[in-house]
Amino acid sequence: MIDKADQIFVLLQHWLISFLPAALQQPAAVLLGVIGIISAFPALFAITTIFERKGLARIQNRFGPNRVGPFGVLQPLADAVKSLTKEDIVPASSNAFVHFLAPVGLVTAVFMGFAVLPVGRNMVLVDMDSGLLFFFAMGASTEVSIFMAGWSSRNKYSLLGAMRAVAQMISYEVVLLLSSVAVVMVSGSLSLTKIVEAQNHYTGVFPHWYIFTPWGLAAFLMYAIAAMAETNRSPFDLPEGESELVAGYFTEYSGFKFALFFLGEYLAMLSISGLGATLFLGGWSAPFSFLTFIPSWVWFFSKVVLSIFVFIWIRGTLPRLRQDQLMNFAWKFVLPFTLIDLFVTALWRFMGEGLPRWIVCSAILLAAYFVMGRAGLRRGRIGPRSYRYAE
Amino acid sequence: MLGKGILKGMAETAKNFAGSYVSKERLTTVEYPEERIAPAENARVFPFLVYDTDNWEAGLRCVACQICEKECPPKCIYIEKSKDKKPDYVGKQQFYPTRFDIDISVCMSCQICVEVCPFEAIKMNTEFELATDDRFGGLLLDRSQLAKSNEYYHQIHPTEAAEVDARLAEEKAKLDAKAKAAEAAAAKALADKAAAPASPTPAKPEGGQS
Repeated sequence: MIDKADQIFVLLQHWLISFLPAALQQPAAVLLGVIGIISAFPALFAITTIFERKGLARIQNRFGPNRVGPFGVLQPLADAVKSLTKEDIVPASSNAFVHFLAPVGLVTAVFMGFAVLPVGRNMVLVDMDSGLLFFFAMGASTEVSIFMAGWSSRNKYSLLGAMRAVAQMISYEVVLLLSSVAVVMVSGSLSLTKIVEAQNHYTGVFPHWYIFTPWGLAAFLMYAIAAMAETNRSPFDLPEGESELVAGYFTEYSGFKFALFFLGEYLAMLSISGLGATLFLGGWSAPFSFLTFIPSWVWFFSKVVLSIFVFIWIRGTLPRLRQDQLMNFAWKFVLPFTLIDLFVTALWRFMGEGLPRWIVCSAILLAAYFVMGRAGLRRGRIGPRSYRYAE
Repeated sequence: MLGKGILKGMAETAKNFAGSYVSKERLTTVEYPEERIAPAENARVFPFLVYDTDNWEAGLRCVACQICEKECPPKCIYIEKSKDKKPDYVGKQQFYPTRFDIDISVCMSCQICVEVCPFEAIKMNTEFELATDDRFGGLLLDRSQLAKSNEYYHQIHPTEAAEVDARLAEEKAKLDAKAKAAEAAAAKALADKAAAPASPTPAKPEGGQS
């Protein structure tokens, strides 16, 4: 019974394809998986938008949307209808083809990332040996779409937004990769299913998640910061800073293309949360050994939703960074700290079991955190501002 | 320590998040169409005409002097003066407006008409839900739409209305006293005349010129 609930989607897929001739079964299975992904995650996206608007409103002591349906829960539907029926404007001087391709490419690239995410036991569309690499390759190709959008619009705000986005995403992509390398070093695999399996053990009732190790916690924090910057979320939402750039790289988009950008952004958030959960929070494994009777996919999605909530919480708390602060933070604090964390991970790997490695690793990381927090982010001495006027 | 401020801020926002579900005082939003707060006493939107008694047509304080029409900066008032006269609130014969239109699409709510009116006849209303689908006729308010009772005035601007009423009562009392004095003087003169019909000089020391 428990296994049935856990494997309900897998069994459903097997049952559905059993009606087909043998030659068609393999493609049909893949197709069903794709349909599952492109229906489940956009549905989650719709829930996320209302969740975010309500949550932000409550943080600011407002009601939030409460007109459409009971407590405003049907707001995403209204928004969808609105964006579908809006006029699609393409600027006269834009490069129309690239302008069209950008949102499509973005959403496609983001959806590709979900292919390798294990959303439950035996629930992964393509069990790739180098799934992590594939995921990051797809994540990095969203930058191309963003730059396409900014460039093809032929608008200064769009171009500036796109430049900022690319600068920021490249800086933080490094951190994102290096913090996941720590996980790869310990688990010894690039396959996301193997990484989850490696964490799916229990000592007593407690799981062996990587976040519960000193290096894992440090890597997770750096991963979370980089993920926020990767998805252009507040406080790293400079590429779309309303007060400076109207809407950033999608200033010239309207109607359904705008909705696609919006969708792409939130899907990227969901996928990067999913990857974070997979790498550090044990993917679909339960947080306590006595809770394993709850289906694995429930655990995966609750971890994703929890990360989304933290994303929203942080958005409601922090103001936007300045461009130089953003870059300083990336190159002077996050990146060196991640490198030290890689070293600590190696130490952890080769020190063997026991208490000493806990103490040594924690001490190194804490010391590095203190020192770099002070030294790396020290404010430069800037003299009084001087002006030189044109003669 | 790095990150301490962030944690503090996140605690604060979490407190707000949870608090907004617990205490109603945190949510300052007034959900307008369903619930509404009374407009402030010194709020002003567009002018209206005050009338006394129950009959708005007879009780209008306006005497069609047309000062407001002349003073109105955007010229949104149109008045037609009557040919005949009718008694005003003190009983004196006065002209009255046969037409009094205010185009509220032109009015800029400057309150100058109120300030120049010597008869306390025009005041500022606080009604703001004036949206209409007819932007010409619907926004041109005529006499019957503009006329509001003195009780209504008391309701929307209690302090100001009390002041106005006191002033009007004082004026009325002064006029009454004057009329009484004139009456008395006239009666006295009549009595004098009756007492001394032979006297050729009707010596009047004072009063009488009402």
